[in-house]
Amino acid sequence: MIPDALLSLLERLCNVVAVSGDEGEVRQIVLEEVRPHADEVRIDALGNVLAIRRARNGDGLRVMLAAHMDEVGFMLVAEEGDGLYRFETVGSVDERYLVGKPVWVGKDHLPGVIGARPIHLTTPEERSRKLSLESLRIDLGPGRKVELGSWATFATPFRRLGSAVLAKALDNRLGVATVIELFRNAPPQLELQAVFTVQEEIGLRGASVAAYALQPHLGIAVDCTPAHDLPAPEGRENTVYNTRLGAGPAIYRADGATLSDPRLVRFLEEVARRHNIPYQIRQPGGGGTDAGAIQRARAGIPVVSVSVPGRYPHSPATLALLEDWENTLRLLTQALKEFTVEVLEEKRS
Amino acid sequence: MNEILPFLKDLLSLPGLSGYESPVAMRIEEAWSSLADEVRRTRLGSVHAWRFGIAPAPRPRALIAAHMDAIGLMVTQIVEGFLRVTAIGGVDPRILPGQPVIVHGRESLPGVVVMPKAALLPPEIKDEIVPIEHLWVDLGLPATEVEQKVQVGDIVSFATAPMELSGETIAGHSLDNRASVAALTVCLQALRSRTLNWDVILAATVQEEVTMAGARTSAFVEQPTLAIAVDVTFAKGPGANDWQTFELGKGIVLAWGPNIHPAIHRRLKETAEQMEIPYKVEYTPRHSGTDAYAMQTVAEGIPTAVVSIPLRYMHTPVEVVALKDIERAGRLLAEFLCRLDKAFVEALNWS
Repeated sequence: MIPDALLSLLERLCNVVAVSGDEGEVRQIVLEEVRPHADEVRIDALGNVLAIRRARNGDGLRVMLAAHMDEVGFMLVAEEGDGLYRFETVGSVDERYLVGKPVWVGKDHLPGVIGARPIHLTTPEERSRKLSLESLRIDLGPGRKVELGSWATFATPFRRLGSAVLAKALDNRLGVATVIELFRNAPPQLELQAVFTVQEEIGLRGASVAAYALQPHLGIAVDCTPAHDLPAPEGRENTVYNTRLGAGPAIYRADGATLSDPRLVRFLEEVARRHNIPYQIRQPGGGGTDAGAIQRARAGIPVVSVSVPGRYPHSPATLALLEDWENTLRLLTQALKEFTVEVLEEKRS
Repeated sequence: MNEILPFLKDLLSLPGLSGYESPVAMRIEEAWSSLADEVRRTRLGSVHAWRFGIAPAPRPRALIAAHMDAIGLMVTQIVEGFLRVTAIGGVDPRILPGQPVIVHGRESLPGVVVMPKAALLPPEIKDEIVPIEHLWVDLGLPATEVEQKVQVGDIVSFATAPMELSGETIAGHSLDNRASVAALTVCLQALRSRTLNWDVILAATVQEEVTMAGARTSAFVEQPTLAIAVDVTFAKGPGANDWQTFELGKGIVLAWGPNIHPAIHRRLKETAEQMEIPYKVEYTPRHSGTDAYAMQTVAEGIPTAVVSIPLRYMHTPVEVVALKDIERAGRLLAEFLCRLDKAFVEALNWS
C-alpha cells in the first residue's frame, strides 16, 4: 500500500504549475521534503535540485537517481485584449487535447479556458479537421491582464479512481515523489544523489549538467512512460502497447535516447525476481528520459530507466495504477539496498 | 450582484442529461419552492413554479421556459473494461479527448475520455480528428469491475468543475442552459415582493437538446396565453465573430423571426429600454433553435418569444457566461411579467 502521506505528496506535486523553464513550485516542495534527510542540498545554475546523502559505510559507490520536475504545458505569447491570449505549447502536446479544456495560468494559477467555435456554427467537414494552435486562445475572462511569458497548464485537479489516480503531470510527479521517498530511505552503503531536473520535456537539458557536476558511477532515471494498452481495432492484437498498466515497473532496454547498460538491466531483473516484484520490459522504441543525457556526461555513465506506466501522458489527464507505483518503489528500494560496485565489475553482456 | 452565483455553481455541478434531468431538477425544485406559490413536476419531469395573479379568474397565463437538460454521452459498448460512447445532443468530437467525465452506472464512476494513438486506430484516421466511435472512456478499473458496474445505455456527464473567470464571468459545462435557469430564479426573486395580474409559470424544461419534448408538453399542460423561451445565444469570442454573435456581458439578446410574436417582442424591447437594460436583436430567419419553436405550435398555437443570454464556446465543457447578463435577463422578465394586464391580451391579437 502507498502510505497516505506519500499519496498526498503526489497530489500536491500534481496540482502545481511547473512547465519546463518554470519549475519553481515543484522545486519548493522538493526542497522541503529532501532537506531534513540530506547531507548536502544545492540548486545549480539551471534550477536542478541536487540532494546528496553520503555513504555511511560500504565501497564508495555513487548512485544518481534522476526525476524531472517539469511538465509539458503552454506559454502565453501575445495579448489580444479583453483577457484573450495567444499561446504556444512547451514540450510535446498533441493539439487535439487543447480544445474545450480549462487551464491554470501563472504563479497564481489564474483560471482560464481554451474554447472552440460552437458546434452549431461549424460544418461536418470542419469538425473532421483539427483546430490549429494558431486559431485557439486562452480566455481568462474580460478585463484580466497577465504578464506575457507566463506559463500555463491543463487545470485538471488530482483525483482518485478506485485504485488508480487521474491527474495532469503524473509524468513526472510520480518520478519526483518516488525519488523523494527513496531518498528519505537511503541505504547506508552508497552515496545517493537525488537529482530533480529541469527542462526534461524540451530536450533532457537539466540532467546533462547535473550528471556532469556529480559524477555518479551509475544513473537511474525514474519517470512515467506511456501505457498504450487499449484494445486494438477489429479484435486485432495490440502490438504497440509500449507498457501495460498493472504489469509493474517498466525497465528500459532501449528508447530513442538511450541504450541501457545491460548489467543494470540484469541486476534490476534479478532483484525483482528474487523479491517477487512484478516488472515489465518497456517495448523498445522512441521517446527518451533523463538517462539519455546522464549516459553521455563526462566520459560516460552507465544508466538505466525505470518508469511507472501511465496512460495518456502529455494530455489533460494521465491515469496510473497505485499498484504499479508501489511495485516501482519496492523494486528501486530493494535495488538500492543491494547495489555494490560489483554490479559494474561484471562484463557488460 | 452575484447572489445567484452559489446556486448557479450548484446547477453546474449536477448531472442532468437530456432525459435524465432528475439530479438538477431536484435542486431547482428545492430552490424554487421558497420563491413560488406552488411548484409542480410534469409527467415528463419539467419543474413548474407558479405565481398566482390577482386578475379575476379565468386569468391569462404566461409561461417562461428555460431548459435544464445538458448534452453528454451514452455508453454503447464495453470492451475489455473500456467504454465506447455516443453523443446525447450536439457534441463536437474535437472537444472530447482528455475530457473528465462521470459515468452513471450502478454508482457514479469518474473517468476520462481518451484518444488512442494512430497505430491503434483504423489507418484512414492517422493523426486527424478521431471520430467519437473510436474514442474510449477509461475508468481506471479492472475489466471485471467495469462489467459489474456499467452497462450499455448508461449515461455519461461532463465532470469539469465550474470556474470563476475575470470580469464576473463563469466557465463550466451546461451553462447552456443552466444560466437561463439561474435567470428564471433571479426573476422569481424579483417577483417575491411584487403583485401580478396574470398567473405566471416559470418552467425548467426537459429534453430540449434532443427532442424539445419538455417545452412542448409544458405548454400543453399550462395552455398559456403567451410563452417565452429563455436560452443562450452565441457570444463573440475566438472563432465566433460574425453577425450571429453578441458581446459577452454587454446585455441580453431578443430574437426576431417567425417563432416570435411581434407584440411580445415589442413589449420586451420597450421594457428593456425603460429599465435601461442593454439589448441586441438576433435574427433567426427560420428555426430559433429554442423551446419557443416547439411551444409555438402547441394546441391551437401560442404566441412566443425568445430572450437570450450570450455565451461563449457553446456545447463545450468550458462555456462562458457573464453573471451580469443572467441578472439582466431575470430582471427584464420580472418587469415584463408585472406589466402584463388585460390590455396585453388584446395586444396579442393580429389585426
